[in-house]
Amino acid sequence: MGVNEKIRKVDGIGLVMGKPAYSDDLAPRDALIVKVLRSPHAHAEILSIDTSKAEASEGIACVFTYANVSDVNFSRAGQGFPEPSPYDHRILNKICRYIGEPVAVVAGVFEHQVDEAINKIKVEYKVLDAILDFEIAKDHDIKIHSGDGTKSMFEIGHYPEKNIAASYEMEIGSVKETLKQCDVVYEGRYYTQAQAHAMTEPHTSVSYYDQQDRLNIITSTQTPFHVRRIVGKTLNLPLSKVRVIKPRIGGGYGGKQAIHGEFFVAMVTMKTGKAAKCIFSRKEVFEGSYTRHQMRLDIKVGAMKDGTIQVIDMDILSNTGAYGEHALTVLMVAGSKTLPLYNKVKAVGFRGDVVYTNLTPAGAYRGYGAIQGNFALESAIDELADLLEIDSVKLREMNMMKEGETSEIFEIMGEGQEGTAMTIESCKLQECLDLCLEKLNYYDIYPRKQVAPNKIRSVGYALAMQGSGIPYIDMGSAIIKLNDDGFFNLMVGATDIGTGSDTILAQIAAEALEVPVEKIIVYSSDTDLTPFDTGAYASSTTYVSGHSVRIAAEKMKENIIEAGRKHFNSHHVNYVEGVLTCEDQSITLKDFSTKLFYSENQEQLVASGSYVGTKSPPPYMVGGVEIEVDTRTGEVDILNYVAVVDCGTTINPNLAKIQVEGAIVQGIGMTMYEEVNISEQGHNFNNSFMRYKVPTRMEIKHLDVSFVESYEPSGPFGAKSVGEIGIDTPPAALSNALKNAIGKRINVLPIRAEDVWKSIKA
Amino acid sequence: MKINLIVNHNHYDYYPRPDEYLIESLRKLGFQSVKKGCDTTSCGVCSVIVDGQLVPSCSYLTSRCDQKEVLTVEGIPEEARHIAEFITAEGVDQCGFCSPGHVMAIHALKLELKNPTMEEIKHYLAGNMCRCSGYEGQHRAIKKMMEVE
Ligand code: FES
Ligand code: FES
Repeated sequence: MGVNEKIRKVDGIGLVMGKPAYSDDLAPRDALIVKVLRSPHAHAEILSIDTSKAEASEGIACVFTYANVSDVNFSRAGQGFPEPSPYDHRILNKICRYIGEPVAVVAGVFEHQVDEAINKIKVEYKVLDAILDFEIAKDHDIKIHSGDGTKSMFEIGHYPEKNIAASYEMEIGSVKETLKQCDVVYEGRYYTQAQAHAMTEPHTSVSYYDQQDRLNIITSTQTPFHVRRIVGKTLNLPLSKVRVIKPRIGGGYGGKQAIHGEFFVAMVTMKTGKAAKCIFSRKEVFEGSYTRHQMRLDIKVGAMKDGTIQVIDMDILSNTGAYGEHALTVLMVAGSKTLPLYNKVKAVGFRGDVVYTNLTPAGAYRGYGAIQGNFALESAIDELADLLEIDSVKLREMNMMKEGETSEIFEIMGEGQEGTAMTIESCKLQECLDLCLEKLNYYDIYPRKQVAPNKIRSVGYALAMQGSGIPYIDMGSAIIKLNDDGFFNLMVGATDIGTGSDTILAQIAAEALEVPVEKIIVYSSDTDLTPFDTGAYASSTTYVSGHSVRIAAEKMKENIIEAGRKHFNSHHVNYVEGVLTCEDQSITLKDFSTKLFYSENQEQLVASGSYVGTKSPPPYMVGGVEIEVDTRTGEVDILNYVAVVDCGTTINPNLAKIQVEGAIVQGIGMTMYEEVNISEQGHNFNNSFMRYKVPTRMEIKHLDVSFVESYEPSGPFGAKSVGEIGIDTPPAALSNALKNAIGKRINVLPIRAEDVWKSIKA
Repeated sequence: MKINLIVNHNHYDYYPRPDEYLIESLRKLGFQSVKKGCDTTSCGVCSVIVDGQLVPSCSYLTSRCDQKEVLTVEGIPEEARHIAEFITAEGVDQCGFCSPGHVMAIHALKLELKNPTMEEIKHYLAGNMCRCSGYEGQHRAIKKMMEVE
C-alpha cells in the first residue's frame, strides 16, 4: 500500500509553491529583531564591555553580555542526556575563543536600529595568543579551557589541561605483533578539512509567550526535544513552561543538531515579554555555527602475500575548534563505521585525541567521522593492493564483510560509549561492487586511458558502510488517532528537515494500516503535540522512528478490530485494506469510524508506539567515479559518479535516490572544492557563498544511483538507513581515480586543480 | 519616497527606505515564498522576475522598482503548480528552501529560451544553488517537463 512506492513528498507541492512554512515565515509580525555582536579576535579576554549607549539607543529593548546571562556550563551539541560531549560552553563567555564567538546580544524594533546599537557597544579586549594549528594544540602552553568550569558528564577522555576535549583508545589482538608478521604493510597519513554545511536556510529562531504564559520557540532545529531540555535547564525554566516547534527546515545535514539562536531569542522574550526572532547572516552561519571536524589520520594496513588482510591500525588527531561538541562521537565513528568493512583481521587498533583550537567549533555533519575514516581506509586498501600487486577488487572481495558475519568492533565501539554486538543480516556489498564496476566499465578504463594529448581518463571506487541509529540510545515514538471518515493523524517526534521523513513515515503507517497514504496526515514535530524523538541524526529516522510508526499502526489495527468485535458482536472479525468483515457482513472504515464518533460504542481510537534500536544494521554502498584529468592544468572533470546502495527496502525509492544523489554531491564538494581557509589571525576567508565553493550544477555531469535488492530482517518492512551513506565514498573514490590517472596519491583534502598539477609536476 | 510597486499584478503605494532591497519589501508585503539564503548575491534562493527578467531580489533596490512588474511564485500559481508537479514527481524537492527561486528561474527560462538544450538550461540555472538534491533530479524533472510541453 505504501512501502516501496515512489510517491510525492506529502509537503512537496506546497513547499515548491512557496507556502509560508519555515521559521521566519511563521514569526509574529512584531517580533523584536535579535542580532549578535561577535568577537573579532581568535582568543581574547573581555576586560570591560560598555553597553550603556546601545541600551539608550532608539528602538532598543535589551542588551545581554556575559555579565547578565546565566553562567551555567552546558553542551550545545544537541544530543541525548547525559551527553557524551564536554560541558565547556556558556551562553556568552568572558573569554572569546574564536572569531565569531558571541559577545553581546541586542534586541530592537528595527534591524537598522539594532545594527546602530551594536556599533555603540564598547568592548575592551585583552588579546591572547591563539592556537590555530591543530597539530600543535595538544599540551600547548596556551590553554583554551582553564578555570571555566568545563567538565564531562562521564568518562570521555576529557583533559582540558592538555587542550584535549575527548580521547579514545581500543585494541583487538596485538597490532604490533601482527604487523611484524605481515608480508606487506602500507602506512599512510591523510588529512581532511573543515567543511561547512551550507544549508540554504540560515539558522533561524523565533520565540514568544503564548496565552498561557509559556515560552514558545519556533526554530530551525533537527532536535526539538533536546532544544527544550537544554534551553529549559540552562535558563532555569521548568520544561513544562517551554514549547519547541519545528516547522519546515531548509536543510540541516547535522548543522542544525546543536543549539544556535534559541537561547538568544528566549532570553529576549523572557526579559521583555515580547516576541523575538534571530536569523543568522550567511557570514554568521560560516563563522558562528560549526563545521565538520578537521582530521589527520595515520593508517597502517598489513597483509600476507596471498592478500589476506591481517591488521588495520588507525590513529587520529581531530580538531574540535573552540568547543567540544561531538568531539568523542565523531572520533569514534571514524573507526566504528569504517573498520568493520574488513572484518577478517587478527588485530585492530584505533585511537585518537580531539583537540581544542581557537577556531569555529566543529560539530555534527552528515557522515561524520565515517567520511574522514573512509578516505584513509579506502585509499589505504588501494595502496595495499598496489604493494601486493593484487587487483584491488579481488583484495576487497577476499576481505570484506559478508552476510551472516560480524565484527568485534560492533561490541567494543559505539558512539560515545560501548557498542552493541550484532550479526550482519543484510549485506549486499558484493552485488553493489559488481554492479558499480559494470556500470563504470571499470576494467575497460582501468587504470587509465589517454583520450587526448593532455587528457587522461581514469576510474576509482570505494566501499562504505554507515549505521542505522544508535542502539539503546536513539528513541523514536509515534501516536496515531483514527478520525471519522476513516483517516488517521500520525504524530511523530521525528524531525523532517527536508529528508522526506514525514512522507516515508506516512508510507510505513499506510502499509501497516492497509490504507492509501492519503489517509495518513502526518504532523512533526512539536514538543507539546508530538511524542518524543531524539531527532534527525545518526541515520536513525527510517530505522528507529520508522519502527515506532509501524508499532503504533499495528496497535491501531488491533484497536480497530477490537472495536469491530463490539460492532458485530462476534469474535470473528477481520480487517483487510480498510474494510472490517464478519462472516458475510462488512463495513468500511469510513462508515465504521463515523459510527464510532457519533452513534455506536462511541470511542476515540488512539495508539502509540515507541522504539529503541537493539542493533544498528549498516547500509552499504559502492561508489565509483570516472574522471578526466587535464595534465596541463590539473583540472579534474567528474564525468560520471556511479553509486550502488544496499539500504534494505527503499521505503520511497525516489526520495532515497535523491538522498544519495545530494549526499554524493556534498561528498564531491568536500573532496574537490570546499574548504574553510583561515588567515594567520584565525579569520575565515571563505565566509560567504561567493568564496566558499559549494558545487553548482555545472560541476555535476552525471550521477547514476541505483539500489540492490536487499531486506534487513530487523528493519521496518526491511529498511535500513539511507541519509548519510551517500556522502562517504567520494574522497577515497576520487583519490583512487587520481592515483590511477597520474600514478600519485593525493592524501590531503580538498584536492584542488593546483594540487593535482603540483602532484603531476613533482 | 513613494513608489508604485506592482507585485503579481496588484499595485501598492510603497515607501521604501533608500537602502531597502526588494526581498525585504516583498516579505513585508506577505510574499513569503521569497527566501533569503546569502548576503552576497550568490545562491539564487531569492529569485523573482522584474519586468520579465530574472533577478536576485536580495540585491535589487526596491526604489528601482517604481512602475515595474514584479512577479513571485504567488503570482504564477498555475505555472508554479505545473513545474512543481514535475519537481515533486522526481522527489527532488528536498528541504524545499531553494524551490520557489528555482521555479521562478525555470519560469523565466521558459519565457526567454525556446527549445533550449540541457547545456543551455544548466547555464541558465547555474546561479540557483541547491545543497540537498545534487541537481541531477532537477534536470531530469525539467527534461520530462520539456518533453511533455
Ligand atoms: S539570497 Fe542569495 S542570491 Fe539572493
Ligand atoms: S532542496 Fe534543499 S536546498 Fe534545494
